[in-house]
Amino acid sequence: MALLWILLIIVAVFVLYFILAYNRLVSYKHRINNAWSQIDVQLKRRYDLIPNLINTVKGYVKHEKETLKELTDARTRLMGGSLADKAKASNQVTDALKTIFAVAENYPNLKASDNFKMLQEELSGTESKIAYARQFYNDNVLSLNQSLESFPTNIVGNFFGFKPREYFKVSEAETKHIKVDF
Amino acid sequence: MYDAIASNKRKTYLLIFLFFIFIVFLGYILGSLYSNPVFGLSIAFIISFVYILFSLFAGDSVILTLNSAKPADRQHYPHLVNTVEGLAIAAGIPTPKIYVIDDTAINAFATGRDPKHAAVTVTTGTLQRLKRDELEGVLAHELSHIKNYDIRYMLVVVMMVGITLVLSDFLLRSLWMRGGGRDDSKGNAILIVIGLALAILAPIAVRLIQLAVSRQREYLADASGAMLTRYPQGLANALKKIRDDKEPLIEAADRSTAHLYIENPLAKTRKKLSSVWSTHPDVNLRIQRLEKM
Repeated sequence: MALLWILLIIVAVFVLYFILAYNRLVSYKHRINNAWSQIDVQLKRRYDLIPNLINTVKGYVKHEKETLKELTDARTRLMGGSLADKAKASNQVTDALKTIFAVAENYPNLKASDNFKMLQEELSGTESKIAYARQFYNDNVLSLNQSLESFPTNIVGNFFGFKPREYFKVSEAETKHIKVDF
Repeated sequence: MYDAIASNKRKTYLLIFLFFIFIVFLGYILGSLYSNPVFGLSIAFIISFVYILFSLFAGDSVILTLNSAKPADRQHYPHLVNTVEGLAIAAGIPTPKIYVIDDTAINAFATGRDPKHAAVTVTTGTLQRLKRDELEGVLAHELSHIKNYDIRYMLVVVMMVGITLVLSDFLLRSLWMRGGGRDDSKGNAILIVIGLALAILAPIAVRLIQLAVSRQREYLADASGAMLTRYPQGLANALKKIRDDKEPLIEAADRSTAHLYIENPLAKTRKKLSSVWSTHPDVNLRIQRLEKM
């Protein structure tokens, strides 16, 4: 009789652990998906803001055709492709934007324009939102992948077919500072 | 982190329960003084019930109004709105409502019931005098309070502190009035002693709760804020600016809301009375911990 009880308790503990582990994996999955859609929203927003910026800058800047073209090209690559492609294009846009804002320093009239100031604030805001969304995304991917590899959560993960996720990579220059100051 | 959240929720319920008992007991004593304990008991029961619900659902608006906070829109405060939105993404919570207080001092606080019903408030001085990463540090600290459910606990504490002070005062006055009476029976005398003790001890007890709760929380919010920005130096620099500020007092702040702020708004009025009687840990200790991260 006592043996039966002990067995029952062991089974109950086992089942309880199974449930908890499963729920944890599910919540990681949801957070990752949510973070990914946040990244997507912000990438889209930046995609929409860039033509405005180019139009504003064009009027003031005469000799920076190359820089503007770089930005336009990077922007085109932004929408579509795999996660890795997107991450790469996003980093290129970030670099191109940095160049443009650095160039703008040489054009006092441009810097003083209200439209430009507004776009600069919006774009840098979007830029840091992308960085933050990416941070949240990568943190949760880390947690998920870690649990999927460690024992005994890996058994639960395998049983329900959880797959490790891909990180949203950051460009070399950015790894030190998450923040983007234009 | 999740332990901290669970413990916060538990403590909030415990506090509400204790407060409920306290008020009902107070009602019983007041009722007895006017030789109608059952009436006092039932009135207190209803009042405390309504008051608790009111605290949870409208307490944040009361606090915002008391501190004369105004909503901040994207048009006038684009940078503030963008920063809060970004940090909310990093923390994985919905964007809280954003308010500003027209005051030159540097300070900020968060309030609300849960992350879905939360508000973050900064002074205009904060926006003017802090650099980008310093402001980010301050806001990350506030958003951590929201994420950790500190806001709910602190909201309940603020509302309880307020009503306890009022009630104790009321009880003391009633006892004073009764003291002049002629035919005090023996039972009444005991009640008067208990009532007196309650009226004097309750505000002190509540104040100690208020203090104990907030100091530990500030360290935790500093740490989790640094997790959000990945740049503890930002908040450390902001705290240094606040420390070296010549006029840190917020005119609108009063004692019941002091522990809500990122740094005690009343500190400089009462010199260095640190340790047990301060709502915030020593600012130098906080800076030290942040710089070691």
